[in-house]
Amino acid sequence: MGCSSKGCGTSIDGLSHLPENIREKVENHPCYSQEAHHFYARMHVAVAPACNIQCNYCNRKYDCANESRPGVVSELLTPEEAVKKVLAVAMEIPQMTVVGIAGPGDPLANPDRTFRTFELIKEKAPDIKLCLSTNGLRLTDFVDRIKDLGIDHVTITINAVTPETASKIYPWIFYNHKRYKGIEAAKIILEKQYEGLQACVEKGILIKVNTVFAPEINGEELEELSKKVRRMGAFLHNIMPYVEGEGTVYQKLGVRPPTPQELKEVQEKCEPHMSLMRHCRQCRADAVGLLGEDRGQEFTKDKIIHLQVNYSAEYRKSIHEEIEKERAKLKKARELMSLPLEDEGKKVLVAVASKGNMLVNEHFGTAHEFLIYEISSQGIKFIQHRKVTPYCHGSIACLEGGDILEDTISKLSDCEAIIAAKIGFEPRDTLETKGIKCVDEFAYLPIPEALTKYYEKYVLEKVKTEG
Amino acid sequence: MAMYIRQEDCISCYACEQECPTGAISHNEEGIFTIDPYVCVECHGFYEEAQCLAICPIEGCIVKLEVATYGCA
Repeated sequence: MGCSSKGCGTSIDGLSHLPENIREKVENHPCYSQEAHHFYARMHVAVAPACNIQCNYCNRKYDCANESRPGVVSELLTPEEAVKKVLAVAMEIPQMTVVGIAGPGDPLANPDRTFRTFELIKEKAPDIKLCLSTNGLRLTDFVDRIKDLGIDHVTITINAVTPETASKIYPWIFYNHKRYKGIEAAKIILEKQYEGLQACVEKGILIKVNTVFAPEINGEELEELSKKVRRMGAFLHNIMPYVEGEGTVYQKLGVRPPTPQELKEVQEKCEPHMSLMRHCRQCRADAVGLLGEDRGQEFTKDKIIHLQVNYSAEYRKSIHEEIEKERAKLKKARELMSLPLEDEGKKVLVAVASKGNMLVNEHFGTAHEFLIYEISSQGIKFIQHRKVTPYCHGSIACLEGGDILEDTISKLSDCEAIIAAKIGFEPRDTLETKGIKCVDEFAYLPIPEALTKYYEKYVLEKVKTEG
Repeated sequence: MAMYIRQEDCISCYACEQECPTGAISHNEEGIFTIDPYVCVECHGFYEEAQCLAICPIEGCIVKLEVATYGCA
């Protein structure tokens, strides 16, 4: 692969090196294509409560509606309820193209409920893509069933290469009617995960590998892991920062999450070997909507249970055609992303506020997250998203605005500028004093165009005048 | 001889019910899981260890009935 996933200003989603048939499969999948996630939505249905392993970063006991992380849901669904929810969401949010089962336990530790749900969705809404996310312990057992259901995408969470490291992550597993602990458990789970990966690849199922990154635990092994899964045929690697959870073993041990900079560094180490997913939002097993948003509360059990949904694949198709028209319009903007920009070897990070459709269409004050892009002679590259507390969070004045702003500034301190649809006077003054430029003149432009214009106007000009 | 689920610790994850070889474990509409002590055999004759205990994610949630009743086995 001479011209790999980056460099020579290739693609917007880092998937351009994939064969055409695979690209087609992932093009409209928000979790697989960085570009698609601006346009299409996903949902998870929480039908799989049981788990067959214990992870030290997970505590199944803690659940509250405000807590957003994998492993936790507010409300469990039966397969029948899940399908009802899927159909309701499909009509209400027609840009939803993918339904996944990711827990809150492990889908394959609940095979009856998981496969019943998939069968019902396939029957009632055949245009919806199915996918599942598993710890891999029982993947080999079910690979034929997965293939038969037409599930094209499977995500396996693999956190280690060596059993020694794995034993620091998995204290026990339940396998073949027995609880295994320590290094024995670690050996079995790794063997099963890699075996499952291979079995899926042989069947032509696309594999994404998720890895929870805790620098002190598996930081040293990630590059090797990335190489290994690539060699075995996985097509995408998603390195996710470990998120501290209440009551977990890691919390008790004081294991710390990586900083955004550490995450960026490890991603840069792995990227020469493997396509990386950088836009993951680590959503809950019952999330609904575009990545980064969760509209789950609009579709709770009591709201959907009496709903009469008239599912119309045609209506959905017409909406998707509209979306594709929008995407085509943005094609020009997309091409800009791949134009190598003139530069003086300068690399800058810029934070962008967007609520979807790949546009600069979110105000600074209401943004829950910023998309971080790097602009350089290599072109424009998406680095990661960073969650923040919105500056205008309340209905009255921004009482705690100061503290919140401080926090946002610390999270964006390595960025040269913020590009948003609007940035108010008050935060603007503080931000600019701290050396972060506030730019709202590119409001509602496609992100790539806004970034290119920013680069031309502010970076290149500056270089010229200074030169 | 039977296993017992401490309600205050149970997270209603269904794992034990799925694994029980005798069908001793069931749940009601509110997601409260219980073990029928007349049906449970602690997996003797089926497996080496009580399956519910082996898969339960919450330490101390499933115990022998004697422990729950008298504090020791």
